[in-house]
Amino acid sequence: MSHSATAAGSGDSSRHGLRIFLIWLPLAIVADLLIWFAWYPHMAPGRMSDQAQGQQFDIAVMAMLAAPVLLFVWVYFAYALIVWRRRAGDDEDGEPIHGNTRIQATWITATAVIVLGLFVFGTVELIVPAGAGAGEGPAPSWRPNTTDILQVQVIGQQWAFTYRFPQFGGFESTQLELPVGQQVQFNVTSLDVIHSFWPYLLGVKADANPGVNNVAFAKPQELGRFVVRCNELCGIWHGAMFDYGRVVTPAAFQVWARGMQAREARIGLLRDLPPYALTYDPTVIPQLGQDLIKVAGITGANGYYYPSQFQSGDPGDPVSP
Amino acid sequence: MAIETTPGADRVQPVGGEPGSPAGRRAWWARPAVHTGLLGAVVGYLIGNWLGHLVQSTSANFAQGLSDTRDWPVVLGYLFGTVGWLAGLGVFNDVFRLMAGKPLPDIEHAPAGGLAKYFRYTLDHKVVGIQYLFGMIVYFLTGGLFAMAIRTELLSPTNHIMSASSYLMVVGEHSTMMMMMMSSVVLGPFGQYFAPIMIGSKRMAFPRLEALGFWLTPPAYVVLLSSILWGGFPTGWTGYAPLSIQSSPGMDGYAVAFGLMGISMILAGFNIIVTYINYRAPGMRWSRLPMFVWSMFTVSFLQVLAVPVLIAGFYIMITDRTAQTAFYVNQLGGSSYLYQNLFWFFGHPEVYILALPGFGVVAEILPVFARKPLFAYKVGAAGMFGVALLSFFVWQHHLFDSGINPDMRPLFMLTTELISIPTGFIYLVALGTLWKAKIRFEVPMLFALGLYFNFLIGGITGVFLSDVPADTTEHGSFFVTGHFHYTIMGGLIFAFFGGIYYWVPKMLGVELNKTLGKIHFWMMFIFFNSTFLPFFALGLLGMPRRVFEYALNLEGLNRWASVSAFLLGSSFLVFLWNFIWSTGFARKKAAANPWNARGLEWQISSPPPPENFAHIPVVLSGPYEYGVKDAPPVADLNPPVGVVSAAYASAGLEA
Amino acid sequence: MAGPNRVRCARRVEARWWLVSVPVRVVTLLVAFALVVVGAVYVVAHFIVANPPTVDYTHAASGGVVNVVLQEDPQNNSSSRPDWVSYFVMKPGANPNLQSSWVHTTLFSVPANTRVNMTIYGYDGCTPPRNNFWAEVSGTIGNVIAFQQFKDTNKPMGPVHVTPTLNGWSHCAVGHTFAIPSLHLFVPVGSPNASASLCSSSPCVAGPFTLQKFSFMTPPHSGEYRWQCFVPCGGGFVDGNGGPMQTLGYMTGQMTVVGS
Repeated sequence: MSHSATAAGSGDSSRHGLRIFLIWLPLAIVADLLIWFAWYPHMAPGRMSDQAQGQQFDIAVMAMLAAPVLLFVWVYFAYALIVWRRRAGDDEDGEPIHGNTRIQATWITATAVIVLGLFVFGTVELIVPAGAGAGEGPAPSWRPNTTDILQVQVIGQQWAFTYRFPQFGGFESTQLELPVGQQVQFNVTSLDVIHSFWPYLLGVKADANPGVNNVAFAKPQELGRFVVRCNELCGIWHGAMFDYGRVVTPAAFQVWARGMQAREARIGLLRDLPPYALTYDPTVIPQLGQDLIKVAGITGANGYYYPSQFQSGDPGDPVSP
Repeated sequence: MAIETTPGADRVQPVGGEPGSPAGRRAWWARPAVHTGLLGAVVGYLIGNWLGHLVQSTSANFAQGLSDTRDWPVVLGYLFGTVGWLAGLGVFNDVFRLMAGKPLPDIEHAPAGGLAKYFRYTLDHKVVGIQYLFGMIVYFLTGGLFAMAIRTELLSPTNHIMSASSYLMVVGEHSTMMMMMMSSVVLGPFGQYFAPIMIGSKRMAFPRLEALGFWLTPPAYVVLLSSILWGGFPTGWTGYAPLSIQSSPGMDGYAVAFGLMGISMILAGFNIIVTYINYRAPGMRWSRLPMFVWSMFTVSFLQVLAVPVLIAGFYIMITDRTAQTAFYVNQLGGSSYLYQNLFWFFGHPEVYILALPGFGVVAEILPVFARKPLFAYKVGAAGMFGVALLSFFVWQHHLFDSGINPDMRPLFMLTTELISIPTGFIYLVALGTLWKAKIRFEVPMLFALGLYFNFLIGGITGVFLSDVPADTTEHGSFFVTGHFHYTIMGGLIFAFFGGIYYWVPKMLGVELNKTLGKIHFWMMFIFFNSTFLPFFALGLLGMPRRVFEYALNLEGLNRWASVSAFLLGSSFLVFLWNFIWSTGFARKKAAANPWNARGLEWQISSPPPPENFAHIPVVLSGPYEYGVKDAPPVADLNPPVGVVSAAYASAGLEA
Repeated sequence: MAGPNRVRCARRVEARWWLVSVPVRVVTLLVAFALVVVGAVYVVAHFIVANPPTVDYTHAASGGVVNVVLQEDPQNNSSSRPDWVSYFVMKPGANPNLQSSWVHTTLFSVPANTRVNMTIYGYDGCTPPRNNFWAEVSGTIGNVIAFQQFKDTNKPMGPVHVTPTLNGWSHCAVGHTFAIPSLHLFVPVGSPNASASLCSSSPCVAGPFTLQKFSFMTPPHSGEYRWQCFVPCGGGFVDGNGGPMQTLGYMTGQMTVVGS
């Protein structure tokens, strides 16, 4: 049983409709202008990398679409609650309007158009720039258009990030320095539980899963310091698992990286690290003798969680405490 | 039409199920109730504990090598303890009677029994509804206390009042208590209570399952809280492996509690689906069902279909932790992604299990206080179905940054964006209903309007999250926390309280104080927004979730949110005072239809008679025909003799 | 449902409904409320804000220098989890050869802007670190540690080595580490010779051990700095990072910096 708005009230209806529209329109325009000119230049996550800048644009566009929608509903509600509130002494019911096919169809169409438009926009923004800073897994679909890429491996472990630079001998460091204007590929993995690599101002977020390589791209375009936070709950010190990285000039980066490589080679650490690989199996330590691996099971837990497959007849763990 | 297979079986079953004698013959302490349940729980726990130690000693695999890990005794203790609790309550009594060939007790008139029946396993859905109401209030306030602890810790980024592991324990308890319990916060008290009444039935399809669904919630509550004794669990409510496999026995409490609650949800959903399909009164066509009934119906499908996946995921988590299987451990051939997918396949429908009942409640309240028919009724019902259906296709949006196949992301972005279309129908219905209405600002209406305001912000921020590029910054940050508090607390919980003020006069037969109700609403609304609006800024400024340390420049916003949160908490004290005073002491008798509403539940007394209706009513028109000239009454409560039996006869059944 | 039946029932019910009286209701509510308050306070005090004790080194500093002493043991005899590996903190200025000098905790406080001369006794045997990078010393003054192995108290097995790294994957060299990540301080703690029989009574005062000494400056502002071990030695837990690795008072702790 769906009636249209009664004939007697239709002139009335368009008066209310027009009023709501005329209240809403200037508010929406002002809101959009404020968002674009006042908020957008300072909007998170900033412009330190191409990914961050892309996301900043994304959020601004969505905010400009969201503000008129929010305002429309708010204006309508405010108007309704004021104009159509019950007056004292009026115990009548309201008009028996069950529906209005035209309004319903308009609403459904309009919301569908907005939503599908956002989908297209989001997909485009996902492809350009490459992957929008999100972790794309081991086989990324959207790569940058260049072969000059600095590889940085991010190793998450409980509870600190370390970084390896394979193009500099595979040295490992707790400090993250990146050259400005250089396309970077982050290869994110974990040695134990799930972590998430989030250098906030670079607009990159990639989960670190054990045994999985999660690739994300970014190109820093401004000098400065950025915070790196763990973004996936990983145990007691998750909240304290943060550090700082820096974007420096290419020359300064070369000095730093070569200096780290030289130091670690000199003190023998480079030789003691496992060969660079995209993922690391905690049960495999090539430098250790075969006996140790066989008997110890998962190294570090002394084989007690998963007993090794060679348990029967073994002489026992020679290195157990 | 109701299905009666023997004459007179449409009379409600007795409260209590006492063995073969009218109520009152046995002393109150000899009949099964909460105290015997507790006894059974203790005995069951001890048996389970002993069994767990036994199992652990049989195999080096199970022994986990060292003496301090105690997962087998803990898990088996919890499970046997729950079975013991249910046995002590008398849940299995009727089952054993049937197996032994004895007749089930069939007591003609249901004794009032005072307050004692609320502590028993009863077959009256109204009693179960009230049990749920009190239970849910307790569970909500407990979760809220943990929230106060969280905000106290977050007052300062450097001054810590609790250790990092205690903070994670508190976060896990708060979030799990809320997410697990609040999935039944409307379906339990109001769904179970009004499901039969709104469709003109005298009973639910499966009263025993319904009561069982409620009595599973206290063990879930206790088991979840008991993990504090083990130092809690460090994973938050999502329980991600492999961290959850790595954790101390507190994690088992989480898995078992959530699993028990899951069983409760499945039973409740199943019961409601069968009741709505089979027990509608004559004339109660699908197109005349109240919108609240539609929301309960769609939510029940979600529960029945999605929750089993959760139980499977947790069962595997428990075997990984106890029997040393390796489903979720990457380095032994499992996958951490497996857990995430199983969890979120449930997890996303879960949040719609939380959201849809809220929509149903406010769609019920709005026409009554706008004095207008519900606008676009069919679109509203279609919206609920659309949300429920689409909710199964969006779960990967929780995993956009996790390293899933990148080509999946546009697909799930599309489905997630699409789900905002049926969600928007709720607003079409609301805006249309308010057009040229005569709005009365009673307390339930205030809460309904509050839901529409809050959910709008929550829903729009959800669109921000569904956009993959923007999600790179927003995922796992306080932006998400703000989003889901706005949709779940700003939506469902506001609807819960709106439902309380709307329906408690009917359920308990007493009025709630209106002035206190308005104070409660305004405090809750203002401080809710003041607490959670800054969360969006915090998220965009780089603060992740579940952290006890944050950037120093975010201290001001966090302080503001914490102080607002304390004031929000005090608004619940106002509610509690109102509720206790009005129901316990003032006890002002409520009219049968204080809101002058057309719903079927308002056509009977407050509180309703034990059988709901003296006779099965014949429904004559829909419940939203306000303002319609010469609208027929919603139902004929005293149909002429022969009308009902004629309806049965025409359907080929015996009267 | 009219008739004498109903009235009779109702009267019997009324007579039994003893909770109807107002004073009883008030008392019940007050008792329930009191129980909830007591319960909540108990939970907060015992489970939420409770911590192991903090050993106070702030008053042991002199001339801008403070000496802090820790030890790590293969087990601990003073808790409900005796087979968990654990650190102990020594009372300031006490004799390390007496069991009573050691406190079973990992929390200690030091003054700000002070040079900390830290000594760590390593009584626990070796476990290969998951990431051998943590075998490198960094963040100490000179980026080195002074390392020496002992057969027993006062029985060194060789001279003191001043070294920037201990290779955790050869010669069973590393037992645990001591790291304060936010100060970029990472120090490996060596293990005694693999064939020796380790100390079995904690806190250890006899048996083979290693000694590492190093120094670092505390920051100028007060704050809480978490410290942890990076060697996954939590037996029975996946990846070895559960249990003692995540429990304050065992293999992870806090250094509280007090002062300006």
